[in-house]
Order: sequence, then C-alpha cells, then structure tokens
Amino acid sequence: MAVAHRTAHALPARRRPEGVWQKLVERIVSHTVLITFSVIFMIPFFWMVSGSLKTGQDLNAFPVVWFPKTLTLENYIAGLQVFPFVRYLFNTLVICVFSMIGAVLSSSFVAYGLARIEWRWRTLLFVVILSTMMVPFYVTMVPLFTMFRAMGWTNTYLPLIVPHFFGVPFFIFLLRQFFLSIPRELSESARVDGANELVIYWRIILPLAKPALAAVALFQFLTSWNDLLGPLIYLSDADHYTLSLGLTFFRAEYSSQFGPLMAASTVVVLPVIVVFFFAQRTFIQGITLTGMKG
Amino acid sequence: MTTTSMTPPRPAAVGARKRRVLASVLGETPRERRNFLWGLLFTSPAIIGLAWFTAYPVFMSIYYSFTSATMVNPPDFIGLDNYAVLMSDSTWWRSLANTVYYIVVSVPLGIAVALFLAILLNLKVRGQSIYRVIFYLPAIVPVVASAVVWLYVFNPQYGVLNTVLGWFGITGPGWLASPDWAMPALIIFSTWGAGNLMIILLAGLQDVPQDLQDQAMVDGAGRFRRFWHVTIPFLSPHLLFALVTGLIAGFQFFTPVFVLTNGTGGPAGSTLVSGLYLYQNAFQFFKVGYASAIAWVLFIIVALATALVFRLVGRRVYYGGA
Repeated sequence: MAVAHRTAHALPARRRPEGVWQKLVERIVSHTVLITFSVIFMIPFFWMVSGSLKTGQDLNAFPVVWFPKTLTLENYIAGLQVFPFVRYLFNTLVICVFSMIGAVLSSSFVAYGLARIEWRWRTLLFVVILSTMMVPFYVTMVPLFTMFRAMGWTNTYLPLIVPHFFGVPFFIFLLRQFFLSIPRELSESARVDGANELVIYWRIILPLAKPALAAVALFQFLTSWNDLLGPLIYLSDADHYTLSLGLTFFRAEYSSQFGPLMAASTVVVLPVIVVFFFAQRTFIQGITLTGMKG
Repeated sequence: MTTTSMTPPRPAAVGARKRRVLASVLGETPRERRNFLWGLLFTSPAIIGLAWFTAYPVFMSIYYSFTSATMVNPPDFIGLDNYAVLMSDSTWWRSLANTVYYIVVSVPLGIAVALFLAILLNLKVRGQSIYRVIFYLPAIVPVVASAVVWLYVFNPQYGVLNTVLGWFGITGPGWLASPDWAMPALIIFSTWGAGNLMIILLAGLQDVPQDLQDQAMVDGAGRFRRFWHVTIPFLSPHLLFALVTGLIAGFQFFTPVFVLTNGTGGPAGSTLVSGLYLYQNAFQFFKVGYASAIAWVLFIIVALATALVFRLVGRRVYYGGA
C-alpha cells in the first residue's frame, strides 16, 4: 500500500499527454461500438413498424423494401378486424390490475408480519416461504390445472388473479428486507401512542415503503402482461384471451401475412414502450433491487 | 421415566405442562403471546397460499407421477412405470439434448453480451441513458409480440437478417425453417433480450471501488489485468447469479419456442425443448401422470446442475465487495 502511494505522485505527470489521446480514441471507439449495437438492437422494432405500414407489394418485394414508398394503414384495419385489440387489452388489464393489487397488498402484509413483529417461528416461516421459490411452475402446473378445473375456475381469470392475493414469495422477500431497514423506534413510539399493528402497517410502514411497493407493483404488472403459459392453460374461450394469447393464436393462423401480424405486434408493443419511457426510473431501480441488492 | 409417572398426574401438573407447551409455542409473557397472534394474522395469507398453491400441488404432482392419470381418467397407481417409460422415450432424450444445447450456448453468450454492453456503458460516455434504454427495451417488450416480430426478421426471403447478411456476401440460412438453424435462431432471439442482465451487471460495475482501480493503474496494471484482477472479482457474485438464474430459466424455456414454432418444436423436433415437451404431454396428449414424471425428472436435473455450478465456481466468487 505504502509503495503504491509513493509512486502515485510520480507517474501521472508522465502519463498525461498519452492519456488525452487515449481518452479520445477510447471515446470514439466506444461510441462507434455502442451505436452499432444500438442499431442492431433497434432493427427489429424498425422492421416491425415499417412492415406494419407496407403495402402487400412492398412486403413481398425482393430485394426487401426498407422504407415503404407508400404508407398504408390497411394492415391495421385488416389486422384489428381479426385481432380484437381493445377486447384483449381490456382482458389483459383486468388480470394485470387485480394481480398487481393482490400482490402488493398481500406481500406487504405478510412481509410486515415477518419483519416488524417479533414472534416465535417467524424465521422458520420466512425460510419456508423462501424455499417455495425454488419450486418451478412446471412442477405445480398440472395439479393446479386439475384443481382449478375441479373448482370450476378454468376459463375464468380467477386462477390467474387469486393466487396473487396470498403473497408472492419473491416480493415478500424483497419487502421484508425493505421493512427491516425502517427504524424500529417508529413502530415503538406508535405502539406507545396506542396504535395497533394494523394501524402501524397501514399508516406508517406502507407510506414509507412506497418506492419498494412501486417496484413490486410494476413487476407484477409486467409479469402478468407478458405471461403466455398461464392464459394458455386456463383460458379456452376466445373472448377471454389476453393480448399475448390472442397474438399467439393470430400468429398461428396468419403465419405468412406479415402486414397484419406486424400491425398487431405494433399495437401490443407501443403502449409498453410509452409506459416504459414514463416509468423508466422505477424500472431500472426495480431491476437492480430485484436482481441483486435485495 | 421416573417413579412419579406411576401415579396419575395431579390436575395442577397437567395444567402446568399444558401451560409450558403453550408458552413454548406462543411465548412466555402476555406481550410475546400477543405478538405471536399478530404475527400469525399477518402471515396467514402466505400460510394459506403455501398450502393451497404450493404444498398441495407439489404433493399431487408426486402422486400423479406414480399413476396413469390423464385429463379424463382418474389416477391409477402404476408405480415407477412413468419413469421407466421416460428413460426409453427417445423424444424426451431429444428434448433434453435440445435444452442443454440451448442453455450451453445461450447462457454464456447472454452473459458475455450483457457484460460487454455494461462495460461500454460504464465508460461514462455521453448519452449513456439513451443507450441504456435502447439495450433494455427488448427485455420489457411482451415476449409474444417480439417473437412475432422476429418471425418476420428471420424470414429467409423477406426478412431483414438475411438481407443484411447478403450485404456481406453471405447467403443466410433458412433459420426457423431449417433443422440446423432453428435453435441458433432462438438463441439469437434470447440474446437480443439480455437487457435485464445488462442492467444488473451495470449496477455491479458501478459498485467496483474506483480507488482500487486507480491504485491498480498506478501500480502499472494494464487495462486487461485491471479488468481481470479488480473488476471481475467484484463482479463475480453478479456473474454467479446470472449463471444460476440463466440455468434455471433455460430449463424453463418455453414461450419463444411456442410462438416461433407454433407449439410444435419443429422443424423436425430440432427446437423441442423439455419445457415444451412437458406442456405437450400435459395439455395436448392429456397425459397427466407422464407429464408429472417429466416435471420431477426435470426438477432433479436442474437441482443437480445448480449444485454443480455452485461446486465448480461458487468457491471462486469474491464476496468482499458486496
């Protein structure tokens, strides 16, 4: 360490001229690489939008047409006749919103019991809840289906919504960690003032946990929004389809008609991109929070 | 057993023991007991959910795997027959081989691309936030929608991919129409969505202490050695996390194959991964018992693979930075 400090004074002076050039080259190279990768990553989106606006002639042109000469909305009109976007959007939103409410309320409720109340068995219970995260969906998928079928819940949204009202293990874990970081004195002084645990949970802890709750809400919303397997298993009536499921069947039937397919994809993708631009900060924070920091 | 056990216990003693048992469960003081009840109240949704949506299905899944149950027939106990049939089911082995192929290529490739992009972004270039959005966008778009888009991208004649390859004088393959190239196509699609991992690794890179980097530089360590001896150790917990989650997710790979191959796992079974084969058995062939056996074999394989990863690389992970 001491050696390092001594040389630290000697070296930078000699290095500076070289450093300026190195910085410039580094900047040019990194921007070139970043722009190249950006183009690669964005091409599919460009291809989607341009495809959705192409006439039938341009779609089947060889060599391919990058920028359609005549823009047409016929793909949207044709596509949305077969693909009832508004209907599917409504179905998807129903599932997403209720799952989100359920996940946020129940997970924070359970997390409160694990983090803010000292009682026997809480550590054991926490370990048990964590261990259920290791049970993959494909193990429980078949019995869950037969169970919900016996209950008459198939072809309804209940199997996709109700389980979220019983705590989502991963969110419980996240919120527990967050709740543990809130000073204990806050709860203690509220208890002295006569507040019971329900009041403390609702009036003190939840308002303080807003960033974590927002991340949980967003992630549940996205998970439900993106889910294909769940709706695929439980929903059989075309009127009940979600956007993802509807698009899957639309693709199966119109596999070579790229115009309507791209139009349908565009209307599914666009709202997500718009939401993302507004909620970017929550997204990025949520990812880092859920990914590793927890 | 002492002599006191010979005589019938006095009522007071029973009460005392009961109280002792109760105290050991609920707690000694009134406050402890009150806290126990509150704790139980708050965690009751999870306890009910645990029993209803995890414990019961897990138990039933084990049970089904030893029966000939179908979606219409009630379960009939057949012992280990499902497992025996599975061992000689060539389609199952094919699906497992496809899954391993997918994981072995896509997980390291995804980590490499995500790490590469994260390092570039961490150079604090101008417009960092715009680049970050661009690389992250594919990861948040609904998988089904982006898969449909890539169907068009991969189209051998009218797709953009082969057009661009053509500029470099390469005649592109048939991608999803070719048994040899359908799996690489799926891997390309997955790599395109590696933005999540990039964000995680970027956060990890930002935690690498700058003074340690500076010190290494002063000591004359070149760019590569700095990366290898300073950055990588600090990033190693994140990389292990990426490896393990990638492995687990890889064994559950389903939605892109389902959409891109129309649920067939074609062409010629070249993309039939285990997750899809499990789905087909359960919900297309209605073989509940057989599908459950597949699920458990898959689960054991994932557990063994995860344990192997921890054994091989777990010790090399440096936790000093976290």
